[in-house]
Amino acid sequence: MENKTLFTVTIFSENTAGLLSQVTSVFTRRQLNIETLSVSPSALEGIHKFTVTTFSTEEEIEKVVKQIDKKVDILKAYFNTDDELVHQEIALYKLATSEFLRIPSVEELIRKYNAQILDITETYVVIQKTGHYAETQSLFKELSGLIGVLQFIRSGRVAITKSKTERLSDMLQKLDKKQK
Amino acid sequence: MSKEITGSEALILSLLSEGVDTIFGYPGGAIMPVFDCLYDYRNKINHILVRHEQGATHAAEGYARTSGKVGVALVTSGPGATNTITGIADAMIDSTPMIVISGQVASSLLGSDAFQEADVVGISQPVTKWAYQIRRPQDIAWAVARAFYIAASGRPGPVLLDITKDAQFGKVANYEYKKASFIRSYQPIPEVNISAIEEAAKLINQAKKPYALVGQGVILGGAEKELLAFLEKAGVPAASTVLGLSAVPTDHPLHVGMLGMHGNLGPNKKTNECDVLIAIGMRFDDRVTGDLKTYAKQAKVIHFDIDPAEIDKNVYAHVKVLGDAKETLAAVTEKIEKNSHQEWLQEFRACDQREYDAVIKHELYPTTGQLKMGEVIRKVSEATDNKAVLVTDVGQHQMMGVRYFKYSQSRSVVTSGGLGTMGFGLPAAIGAKYGTPDRTICLFVGDGGIQMTIQELGVIMQYGVNVKIILLNNHFLGMVRQWQELFFEERYSETVMTNPDFVKISNAYNIPARKVETREELDEAIADMLNHDGAYLLDVQVETKGMVYPMMPAGTCVTNILLGNE
Ligand SMILES: Cc1ncc(C[n+]2csc(CCOP(=O)(O)OP(=O)(O)O)c2C)c(N)n1
Repeated sequence: MENKTLFTVTIFSENTAGLLSQVTSVFTRRQLNIETLSVSPSALEGIHKFTVTTFSTEEEIEKVVKQIDKKVDILKAYFNTDDELVHQEIALYKLATSEFLRIPSVEELIRKYNAQILDITETYVVIQKTGHYAETQSLFKELSGLIGVLQFIRSGRVAITKSKTERLSDMLQKLDKKQK
Repeated sequence: MSKEITGSEALILSLLSEGVDTIFGYPGGAIMPVFDCLYDYRNKINHILVRHEQGATHAAEGYARTSGKVGVALVTSGPGATNTITGIADAMIDSTPMIVISGQVASSLLGSDAFQEADVVGISQPVTKWAYQIRRPQDIAWAVARAFYIAASGRPGPVLLDITKDAQFGKVANYEYKKASFIRSYQPIPEVNISAIEEAAKLINQAKKPYALVGQGVILGGAEKELLAFLEKAGVPAASTVLGLSAVPTDHPLHVGMLGMHGNLGPNKKTNECDVLIAIGMRFDDRVTGDLKTYAKQAKVIHFDIDPAEIDKNVYAHVKVLGDAKETLAAVTEKIEKNSHQEWLQEFRACDQREYDAVIKHELYPTTGQLKMGEVIRKVSEATDNKAVLVTDVGQHQMMGVRYFKYSQSRSVVTSGGLGTMGFGLPAAIGAKYGTPDRTICLFVGDGGIQMTIQELGVIMQYGVNVKIILLNNHFLGMVRQWQELFFEERYSETVMTNPDFVKISNAYNIPARKVETREELDEAIADMLNHDGAYLLDVQVETKGMVYPMMPAGTCVTNILLGNE
């Protein structure tokens, strides 16, 4: 139980309704909390990609991935640890314009974190920061301490593997041949 | 075909194309168009009207288990559909090919809490291999083809098709049925890895004490012959899981008995003494393994399975032989040397003797006292020449049944193994008879379980289904009572039952019945039952506080086996 690592599970699926709950229920059954989740169309038409992160043991995550992979509409599922991935999250911070203008060191903070200003109005400023969880979290803490954050939102993780795993398109080609 | 047909007709034609001859179902508002169409096809498809939708699913399971074909259930939306969930879950965990077709409210009403609307796709998803909602008539043929392919291929399982009422009414212009044989996201049979076959053969050749565990995968894969060839060439003793029973005939010299909580002494004990453990189409259920931390730690494990998710799930496999057992067993058999392990086999026989003296003798051949479940089961098995199909409900009679019935051919056991569903027996027996009309079907059922689906006696009455019902009546929820006696200081909380007169109930359904109270009348009563041309019920009064032994208490080591008063 103690030696849990953060794993990133990547899942490619057909674009069928109801798959999200099928995927998440595999985690729930094994009492794994989902830390982040992001779902979007993949580079291949009609195929969706799920990226899920969760704290688990390697033994357990392997079983989870096999059970997901087994579902009829899932094309492929695999898992990685952070060192095998290039990964990123995005965070948005909403600040009060009055405070923003009043406290000059906010600018320094934004520079230090390489954050961007997306929108400024009379009442609010929206800042964007991409990075790892620790980075977006640390900016949140500093901003909160300095001028207060009106709203904060962080996306789920997106990730790309460093190693040369089989590309989905290659797998699909093989499958196409098999059909013929 | 250029003529327009309705979605309902497309459904029926699709079922006919898949060779469906029998459906178990129950009508209702949202499935009426299909039932209306069925009326035109009543000479081609035999619809059996059950008395509760749960019964339809268990009957479909029984049919699938004896016939090897996909069982089909047809129900209405809302409560009709939710009543099937137990049977679907049962089929899922026991890998039984089944298709449940449920009506659904019109697509325009979906999500509006319409009358008898239930999100049955959502509800059933965790317990189906595939669940799909059909909202357009032109999708019916495609979805049915996929459903049959998915239900029957690879590791079989239940599929739910939910069809909206407008899809049933709607017209299909160019109906055409094409069977499915490929779904790109679904590869039911993993490719055989030759090096795994070689490694397995090497381990088996080197083994001094090899031991095979046979699961239902062998039966589902139709690999009985390949299994026997393998076992005989390698000279490996083999035990069966409950669902694997009958893959190897009971009296085969290499068959050493049954595994699990109430399995035989040798098969359980020797698990922790063998050097190579060969698991074939079984999934190391906790009722088989007990405590995993102490399970077969000394052995190298070879696991044959078609489902990659079963490999390393509960027990680590040193050699992972993925694939269809029919193929992989044949491949391994080719590569092994002819061998024999007589001394090792004798060790099992020595355990048998101990079990016989401590348990079996008293259970099967008592001469005084109340009737015992075991003796009744033995006598029925003998009276049918060990050729009948055993169907059971869940409880003590189930464990006694699978232990003491004898099997001479495959597909002779129909029981709820994984889910342990009380109420399974009676409807499953009905389905089993339709699945194999020429065989004698013997249902053993408890006084508790029969009352969970007792209304299905109506099906037996209406269609004259010839099933032999042996009610092993101990006036207790026996298996729970056994646990109370062993583990809860004999505090019999809510396990005593005041029962109706089952003979009268049976007679009310026009089924002849007889109450049996003494040993002296047993043989004659069994003969009466078997000689009667049609269904028959025996209400056998067995000892109230019988115990099923041996018993490996839940979560303990496979060598920790209670034998009762040895
Ligand atoms: C639907 C369901 N409810 C409860 C149980 C728990 N249960 C397992 S065995 C058993 C007792 C069965 O009693 P009976 O049918 O009389 O058979 P016996 O054990 O006496 O042979 C019970 C209540 C179950 N398996 N299934």
